[in-house]
Order: sequence, then C-alpha cells, then structure tokens
Amino acid sequence: MKVDFQTINNILIVVPDGEMDHHSAQKVREETDRAIDAFFIKNLIFDFKLVTFMDSSGIGVLMGRYNKIKDLNGKVGIINCSGHIDKILEMSGLYTIIEKYIDLEHAIKKINM
Amino acid sequence: MNYINKMKLEFINRSENESFARVAVASFISKIDPTVEELTEIKTALSEAVSNSIIHAYERQEGIIVVECLIYEDYSVEITVEDTGIGIEDIEKAREPLYTSKPEQERSGMGFTVMETFMDHIEIESEPQRGTKIRMIKKLGSCMEPPLSDCKN
Repeated sequence: MKVDFQTINNILIVVPDGEMDHHSAQKVREETDRAIDAFFIKNLIFDFKLVTFMDSSGIGVLMGRYNKIKDLNGKVGIINCSGHIDKILEMSGLYTIIEKYIDLEHAIKKINM
Repeated sequence: MNYINKMKLEFINRSENESFARVAVASFISKIDPTVEELTEIKTALSEAVSNSIIHAYERQEGIIVVECLIYEDYSVEITVEDTGIGIEDIEKAREPLYTSKPEQERSGMGFTVMETFMDHIEIESEPQRGTKIRMIKKLGSCMEPPLSDCKN
C-alpha cells in the first residue's frame, strides 16, 4: 500500500492507495504519524478514494490517529469511503468521534470552522 | 449436503499472506459468480480470521495457518481458518465488540463482529495451547431468503 500526503490550510490529507489490512496498516500508521510531526499539523482528513479493500485493521488505524490528533486539540475527518468501508466504520461506532464529510471542500470548510 | 468444489491452502504466519489468502479464496469462489458485495464480504471475514491467527496464535514463532474453502450444491460457501497456536482463553470475551488483547498494536477488537456481520454463520472452536478453528458459512445468491420454492434458479 502506498500513502500520499498533501497539506491544505493546516490540514493533512492522507490518501492511502490499495488494500488496507493488518499487514499494510503498519505502514499507513507510521507514515501518517511521521507526516503529522513533520508538518506540525493538527487536523487530519483521510481520503479513502483509492482504498480497494479494508478490514477492521482500518478502524485501528483511524482510532489511533484520532487519539494522537485529539491530544493536539485537532479534528479528524473522513471522505470518499465506499459502501463497504462505510459499513465497517459504522459498526465500529467510529462515526461518533470522527466525522464523515461529503467531499474534500466540505471537510476543509467544516474543520476550519 | 455435498460439496461441488473444495480447496485447501497452507501458509506460514507472515502478514503478507493475508492478501494472498484473500486473492486465492476470491478467485476460487468467483467461479460461482458471487456479487461484488458478497465477494467483498467473504474476503473481509476471511481477512479477519487469518489476521487473528497471524497476530495471536504463535507469539512471534513461525506457525502454519490452514484455510479451507468448500462450495456446496446450494451455492453456500464454507471457509475454515485453522491454526495450532495458543488458542483463545475466553471465546465469549473475544467475540465482544471492541475487545482486544492487543490494544498496544492498535487492534480495534472488531474482528469477530465483522465476521459475524458479513457471514451467515460462524463457529469458533479453540483450546488453550492446541489452537483455534474458525468455521464460517455464507449462502450466495439473491434466492437466499425463504421461501426457497420461489427461487427461479
């Protein structure tokens, strides 16, 4: 799995590309944490547009990043998840702590409010 | 019921093999034309079971994981994932949503919940120091809702 990063308005946009499972979660986790530290950023948007598969390992990655961002008083958002990913995130109760937005523009606007 | 096809995979507990198991099982099942959704659900449930064995069973030692897949006449798919590792101490607890014995590895504790949600039936057999066997069944096809007599194919 490859992970791309982009920053807009003090928000780090994380774009994982490929299958997110227990094996690849490690890389997403490490690279995202490194990027958060490197860019001194406190808000995060996970863009799932290129994720072709995800199991519950993805929940662990999101929860872990949420805990890190929460300590920095920032926000975490999610965009572009497929019906399948949405179902997994829904059953984990993740949406009670991490907001899902309809697109990047909305996510940036809401997080900067 | 008789099975119409059957396969068995054996691999060591390296995490790279999670995607190998998914691809192999998906390719085997695709012969009976599952929907994209059914295939994704089976792959996800399988991924949870295989990951569990890789993470928990052998505690950093090398160990074997066996995945078996059977397709029955009624197009139900049975998948078993078996290891000969340390076993699950408390199965009821392991099944609880959000329970994990490895929070430090950022495991969400949702593995069994995902398996239960995406498959029709799941059985867990485990014995300390002997190993764990997960058996999961999912019936494919839009005709799965009773009454079966209304089923056109």
